[in-house]
Amino acid sequence: MTNKIVVDCSTGEVQEIALTEAEIAEREVMAAEYAEQKAAEDAEKAEQAKAKKALLTKLGITAEEAQLLLL
Amino acid sequence: MATTYTLISSVTVGSGGAANIDFTGIPSTYTDLLVKYSIRDSNNSISQNINLTFNNAGGTAYSERLLYGSGSAAQSFSSSSAANINFQYATGVAATASTFSNGEIYIPNYAGSTAKSVSVDSVVENNASGTAMGLNAGLSSNTAAITSVKLASPSGTFQQYSTAYLYGISNA
Repeated sequence: MTNKIVVDCSTGEVQEIALTEAEIAEREVMAAEYAEQKAAEDAEKAEQAKAKKALLTKLGITAEEAQLLLL
Repeated sequence: MATTYTLISSVTVGSGGAANIDFTGIPSTYTDLLVKYSIRDSNNSISQNINLTFNNAGGTAYSERLLYGSGSAAQSFSSSSAANINFQYATGVAATASTFSNGEIYIPNYAGSTAKSVSVDSVVENNASGTAMGLNAGLSSNTAAITSVKLASPSGTFQQYSTAYLYGISNA
């Protein structure tokens, strides 16, 4: 069972309560959205790394040498 | 000297973990709100997002833009018409044991009647080359005064000893 912590700032009361069915369903949606977003981010990172490697190869220099150009 | 920071409430996650931390019943007597958190998430990754919502409102009210560094690359991400603001980081369980992320979520003019802006500064602690740190600017188009703030793990649970502190900031 998954719980949430609810802090009532008006009273100071802290409760640990089981998620409702609606909240569990909401988490499933969030998890799917997160997985999709993570996959898109990973794909973008991989694409950038691939483009960087291709450019370095084209220029015939290493990443360290490319860094020197930015100093 | 005027008291500018007032601790409204705080919470430490117990041994069972927690999917959400909900601050409810937030008084409207301050100028701004600040959440300081230290969170480790059960997700099997180095960094894990935390979903932020106000007043339990999802829908399409949120947008954000993130500047992000991983230790080897810098990138930016954005989202719009989203159900939450999700680019604030928690340390996942694939990171060094017993390390926690830390972050600050600043919400100016939270009790006003206009859209609510948010800024987030967060970093994942990891004793290795791969990590995550980000600066995030978010917006909720909902205009109601914020009376509750929810931090939620999208696919795991916040681990024991994770903490969140809610402060009220007064400008005088």
